[in-house]
Amino acid sequence: MISFISYFVNGLSLGSVYALIALGYTMVYGIAKMLNFAHGDVIMIGGYVVFTAVSTMGLPPAVGILLAVIICTVLGVTIERVAYRPLRGATPLAVLITAIGVSYLLQNLALLIFGSNPKSFTSVVTVPALKLAEGKLTISGETIVTIITCVIIMIALSMFIKKTKAGQAMLAVSEDRGAAQLMGINVDGTIALTFAIGSALAAIAGTLLCSAYPTLTPYTGSMPGIKAFVAAVFGGIGSIPGAFIGGLLLGVIENLSKAYISSQLSDAIVFGVLIVVLLVKPTGILGRKISEKV
Amino acid sequence: MEKKHKTPAVSMNKTTVNNLITYGIVIVAFVIVQIVNATGNMSSLMTGLLVPICIYAIMAISLNLTVGILGELSLGHAGFMCVGAFTSSVFSLSTQDALPAGIRFFLAILVGAAAAAVAGILVGIPVLRLRGDYLAIVTLAFGEIIKNVVNVIYLGKDETGFHFSTKNAMDLNLSENGMVIMNGPQGITGTPKDATFLAGTILILISLVIVLNLIHSRTGRAIMSVRDNRIAAESVGINITKYKLMAFTISAALAGTAGVLYSHNLSALTATQKNFGYNQSIMILVYVVLGGIGNTRGSMIAAVILTLLPELLRGLDNYRMLIYAIVLIVMMLINWSPKCIEFRKRHSLKRLLGKKEVA
Amino acid sequence: MALLEVKNLGISFGGLKAVDDFSITIEKGQMYGLIGPNGAGKTTVFNLLTGVYKPNCGTIFLDGENITGKKNIEINRAGIARTFQNIRLFSELSVLDNVKIGLHNGCPYSTLAGILRLPKYFKVEKAMNEKAVELLKVFDLDKEMDYKASNLPYGKQRKLEIARALATNPKLLLLDEPAAGMNPNETAELMKTIRFVRDNFDMTILLIEHDMKLVSGICEKLTVLNFGQVLAQGPTTEVLNNPEVIKAYLGE
Repeated sequence: MISFISYFVNGLSLGSVYALIALGYTMVYGIAKMLNFAHGDVIMIGGYVVFTAVSTMGLPPAVGILLAVIICTVLGVTIERVAYRPLRGATPLAVLITAIGVSYLLQNLALLIFGSNPKSFTSVVTVPALKLAEGKLTISGETIVTIITCVIIMIALSMFIKKTKAGQAMLAVSEDRGAAQLMGINVDGTIALTFAIGSALAAIAGTLLCSAYPTLTPYTGSMPGIKAFVAAVFGGIGSIPGAFIGGLLLGVIENLSKAYISSQLSDAIVFGVLIVVLLVKPTGILGRKISEKV
Repeated sequence: MEKKHKTPAVSMNKTTVNNLITYGIVIVAFVIVQIVNATGNMSSLMTGLLVPICIYAIMAISLNLTVGILGELSLGHAGFMCVGAFTSSVFSLSTQDALPAGIRFFLAILVGAAAAAVAGILVGIPVLRLRGDYLAIVTLAFGEIIKNVVNVIYLGKDETGFHFSTKNAMDLNLSENGMVIMNGPQGITGTPKDATFLAGTILILISLVIVLNLIHSRTGRAIMSVRDNRIAAESVGINITKYKLMAFTISAALAGTAGVLYSHNLSALTATQKNFGYNQSIMILVYVVLGGIGNTRGSMIAAVILTLLPELLRGLDNYRMLIYAIVLIVMMLINWSPKCIEFRKRHSLKRLLGKKEVA
Repeated sequence: MALLEVKNLGISFGGLKAVDDFSITIEKGQMYGLIGPNGAGKTTVFNLLTGVYKPNCGTIFLDGENITGKKNIEINRAGIARTFQNIRLFSELSVLDNVKIGLHNGCPYSTLAGILRLPKYFKVEKAMNEKAVELLKVFDLDKEMDYKASNLPYGKQRKLEIARALATNPKLLLLDEPAAGMNPNETAELMKTIRFVRDNFDMTILLIEHDMKLVSGICEKLTVLNFGQVLAQGPTTEVLNNPEVIKAYLGE
């Protein structure tokens, strides 16, 4: 029983990282209506920035994280401006292929700058591990920090969208881009802001991901990125609480199947879940139905 | 995909000539290679690349059918290649003593293609109900699942027949004369090296004939109508599920054929992220985009050039993938950005010369 | 017996009754107009008749055959073809290929025959080409048959859509605002073409139109929809002089 709880809690930890990444995916998908394939790689860049700042340059972790947030935000906005905005109005397939190209570009840039050797990331978390049930169950500091961060960010994002003008503009753009434009909303600016927020979140997700799983390579972001997208779809793409729930569920499913079914097949099971969800309830747990007008 | 496709022209002659040029290019390339080879001017490195060139050319032709003609993005194409590679290797190894090499390889190709086609149908039925981004991500998911599943399969053969396990090789309980064919993550070793440049060239030609003739037939038109306007296609009685599935299955079968060449060109076959993962699928997508989405000949040529390029430009190895990424993005922006399309329409040569653009 | 017999058709989207208790009878060879203010549910009726939407209630009989709730491709095979309000051509294919896709079900040969280029392929393709060119000639599109459909001028795109619909060899043709976006000259020409189609193809036509000149010029009977319900039904002149109809169009 203790071991089950321990697997479950580790699943929550992994899941909260997925949830953080999924928040970025779901915002961009909901508002810009595109699958930002490169999101996972922005996370990886965030990881490298923190690594360079903290381990190579000896800066305090807080400064490293701040730097990562700034660099990732600039990166996200630049990607949107250079690669995605010119394709607004083009077929979704063209946008998707371009996003794949950007993902590829970031991976290979990192490969050139940092090399293919894995870097071992020093955790930025200083919270001590929590020992429960007479020391049989340990919840690591990273797990605690990740889950708390994720909850705070989710609440902050929901408030931002509900209470601020910029947030309302996001909702309007996601609902109907053309109408929003006619109502005087700056659509390009709103989408850029979405990418900025998504990428800032990616920096934080990258830091936490690398703290919990301390090997950093140019490909660190790609698998978690794809799985986080699965989580976003699972929860209902476009929905912020959906991304959170989807992320946690996916993390738990992955960890439990690693523990009880097969560690080699855990990825297959995660993807199997995606397929089943998309076929049974394509809108996810909290998503809304969109139908095409004839 | 909605813009800039090579589409079947009306005059039969024009398309026939165009197709013949494509076949001609393949045959001429083959002859040139044979001449260079016979005169002893071919480096061993080049010789080693001949079969891979054929593999990637077929993959590009195959993926172009899905992306360019059907208009859906498959990111799991390497998964079908994986199915073809492993099933054909199992077939070749288990019939090694019973069949002569030529017939065995011929049958192995059929087995690999058929297995990949079955995988294509199984994957396609659920996947093709989805659209766009979801379809792409689910094909990616299936590709990864196929790769993962292959890595937990243990398969052996002895006098009593085939033995199967998902745990380890010992669990197969083979007799003393038994042979482990698939050894989990260690994959398959000892597949006969039947793949030759000649076989590869013939398979390219067959793939081309299938795809080009398909495009310029009733079925191909139906497939493209689904790509151009799903709702209109249904309104004129086109069964879109049937034609989507058909295109996807043919595409999968061709990828399986490429897989057969792949496994019969290596003594050790394993399923890794690099050869059958989505990185490989994306690499093939690069060929298709570079060759022109919807342009079968272009995709094939891009695959050949990009397979040769890194070997010819060894010094640039570190920058190669980076350059691919940049080229991919730039190509997409130039070809698909509404502004660029508008610009080209206004400044196209044809227009300057006063001609109207023809399909 | 009437060609199209619709009784008490209804559909609602999330509580909103988009079409309610809609009945219509169209005789063979008739030219029938469906009019009404924007948002009255006219296109929804087309979508119900062609199987894009499944009705919540009511029945549709085409030439005596019950086609209620059938899929859109089955309904096309049963004999209803349509055009769309926002033109839906196969934009990347040639004008000729657009029509040949309309001929798809009427001129079958197997995929294998196509790939292997069996004699059947050449025979059927030749027949298809001839039929398609013949149709294009009717709409004066034969000179542009090599053009990409999206490169045609707007008026010709509308015509091509009608040609493609006719290629499926329907009994009933549904035209959704065929004159939308056309200038008076083009509209006049379109009227001629529609009449020609009715007379030469022995066609029954139901059309949605806002252009009253076209409606009063070619329709024999009209049904007026307002808020999803039939407001008036009957011979064209009678309906157009109905005070209720005038009120719905001009407001109080």
